[in-house]
Amino acid sequence: MRHLLSAADLSLTDVGSILDLAEEMADVQHRSIKKLPALRGRTVVNLFFEDSTRTRSSFEIAGKWLSADVINISAKGSSVSKGESLRDTVLTVAAMGVDALVIRHAASGAPQQVTGWIDAQVINAGDGMHEHPTQALLDSFTLRKHFGADSGVDAFAGRRIAIVGDITHSRVARSNVILLKKLGATPILVAPPTLLPSGVDSWGCEVSHDLDQVITGVDAVMMLRVQRERMSGGYFPTPREYTVGYGLTRDRVAALKPGTAICHPGPMNRGLEISADAADAANSLILDQVAAGVAVRMSVLYHLLGGEGES
Amino acid sequence: MTELLIKGANLVTGGDDHENALPAGGQDILIKDGRYADPADASAEATVIDADGLTALPGLIDLHTHLREPGREDAETVESGTRAAARGGFAAVLAMANTNPVTDTAEAAAHIRTLGEKAGFAQVFPIGAVSKGLAGEELAELGLMARIGVRMFSDDGNCVSDSRLMRRALEYVRAFDGVIAQHSQDPRLAGRDACCHEGEISGRLGLAGWPSAAEATVIARDAELAKLTNSRLHVCHVSTAESVDVLAWAKKRGIKITAEVTPHHLLLTTAEVQGYDPTYKVNPPLRPDEDVAALRAALADGTIDAVATDHAPHARHDKEHAFADAAFGMLGLETALGVVIETMLNTGALDWDTLVQRTSIAPGRIAGLGSDLGMRPAYGQTAQLTVIDPQRRNPVDAAESFSLSRNNPWHGRELPDPVMITIADGRISYQRQ
Repeated sequence: MRHLLSAADLSLTDVGSILDLAEEMADVQHRSIKKLPALRGRTVVNLFFEDSTRTRSSFEIAGKWLSADVINISAKGSSVSKGESLRDTVLTVAAMGVDALVIRHAASGAPQQVTGWIDAQVINAGDGMHEHPTQALLDSFTLRKHFGADSGVDAFAGRRIAIVGDITHSRVARSNVILLKKLGATPILVAPPTLLPSGVDSWGCEVSHDLDQVITGVDAVMMLRVQRERMSGGYFPTPREYTVGYGLTRDRVAALKPGTAICHPGPMNRGLEISADAADAANSLILDQVAAGVAVRMSVLYHLLGGEGES
Repeated sequence: MTELLIKGANLVTGGDDHENALPAGGQDILIKDGRYADPADASAEATVIDADGLTALPGLIDLHTHLREPGREDAETVESGTRAAARGGFAAVLAMANTNPVTDTAEAAAHIRTLGEKAGFAQVFPIGAVSKGLAGEELAELGLMARIGVRMFSDDGNCVSDSRLMRRALEYVRAFDGVIAQHSQDPRLAGRDACCHEGEISGRLGLAGWPSAAEATVIARDAELAKLTNSRLHVCHVSTAESVDVLAWAKKRGIKITAEVTPHHLLLTTAEVQGYDPTYKVNPPLRPDEDVAALRAALADGTIDAVATDHAPHARHDKEHAFADAAFGMLGLETALGVVIETMLNTGALDWDTLVQRTSIAPGRIAGLGSDLGMRPAYGQTAQLTVIDPQRRNPVDAAESFSLSRNNPWHGRELPDPVMITIADGRISYQRQ
């Protein structure tokens, strides 16, 4: 695996290997000295064209705990508005001697385009409405643990997982659909028709517009964040109506099977797509997801950069 | 006195017979002082070109070219663009109005025409803007532009989406038999972010797309307005099967509507977008296979009247962005005839006479050129001729383009590469070395 651009780049073996190593990496968090020498002497640049606290911090901590030199570059706003082309921006950064670029960009496909211009390895940290593969990996890591890590990747066989909300604009949903299917789970997409993308019928998922009907029979519910611009974009009439139709309300939490996992990639709109009762429920894995982010990204960096610096 | 004797070319005329017309078929063609003359009158001093095995067509006319001058001379100039046009076999091009400043006055239009005359590679007919600054709010000085010979008006790049303004434009140009060329695309339907066809691929790639309906609905509205005003409407770069259905419906009702299709919409599909290569980002977007098939059929049966390149050169740095941020458009002048031969002639969808109708006769008629262009060659007329070798094929090399830009979607693809000689306004403007 040269780059990680899409969940589709990963074989089932890759996924198993990344998740297994992430289990080991997770232990680092509990050590007093959180440092492994694996990527000593390697340089990782977090090149973020779009704001992100959570993902950028997660990659930064992951790189540092592996002893890589990590540099954060914020290129907020599109390169177009700054007057420089994406290619020039990336070539400038790569010319400084970089081993890996972690790229977040508001435009779909940008990390893939970058691979054609530079030699460094590229990790997609979220591109537009396209994919967010490390988010999907950390979701799977979290769910695998919840379902029973001992069963390995088989933990997903036969599992039904609802992905609820703005599927059209969600990179998290796209990566999760690919990865969960690869692992043997059945994703069920739940959204109003206005928030389902063209061609969703070809994704090999079940699709529903009725959350109440779906949630009683699933093993996990992944809630997606509703972005503010969608609220005035005519995708649904009012936030109130959205919550009634597609929010994980207290009543819906009560309707879940015991042990059904509740996930959310954050940041959450409490009271809109997810109630406080759901976010703080005993079976909510939302903070576990955040913690898993560091371990999974350590594992991804290690897999990509090879660990030659390990002593 | 100059004399050029083209010996043994097979002349395809497009079938439109008229007085003094050169006969179709294998023959010698004499051009004396820029005009067609009887080959029997050739003198011993005539420059002779052996055209045995070659085919001669009335000079091609492109209804839809972006020359970028004034404003973006780093991407294309009138000179470089018309050089590329001549290489592609075009004797004349219609230059779109979305320059900077916009071609929305008679002075601006005259300037572009003068630049074309100076360059001398292909005749340049400016297209005037429909609205001032392409803003879609107030009519540009259509009448003043018409006084210097402009007959075609377009806000191309933008759709004239205000139906009242569109009605007024259609009404107004009827006074001088003008035509409104519409970029048919409802800008509200997909929003500002649209950058490709809306469908399975856009959904999977996470790209915002235009639904086919965004094009067809505007054509349907404009057809009604053309009927209301009894004016001429031309639909630019038709790209969907739904649009073809609307065109057929409108033509059946006797509405004065014509349409063009680009070579790239005849061959490339939305599948090209899967690698996020901005070379394939074009407006209107590449569409699925079924649309391509419908467009070919419509060009064959005349529902679509003409081929037009929508040649849209861009400097490299304007394409080296993320797909959603990159400029729209692709080159087309040098490869247009090759693509049409590949998609329409080599597949048996068109014969040579009909190909001439679609690439020369109809464009001349639609643009209202009213000159020797877009007509069957006739004795006494100024020569506008494209001599081709229909068997010649080559891989396209973007680096060899005469355009200043390199956004060439055909790079590396083997296509017919037929143009040997272009004669524009009576002079050789391109001759293959």
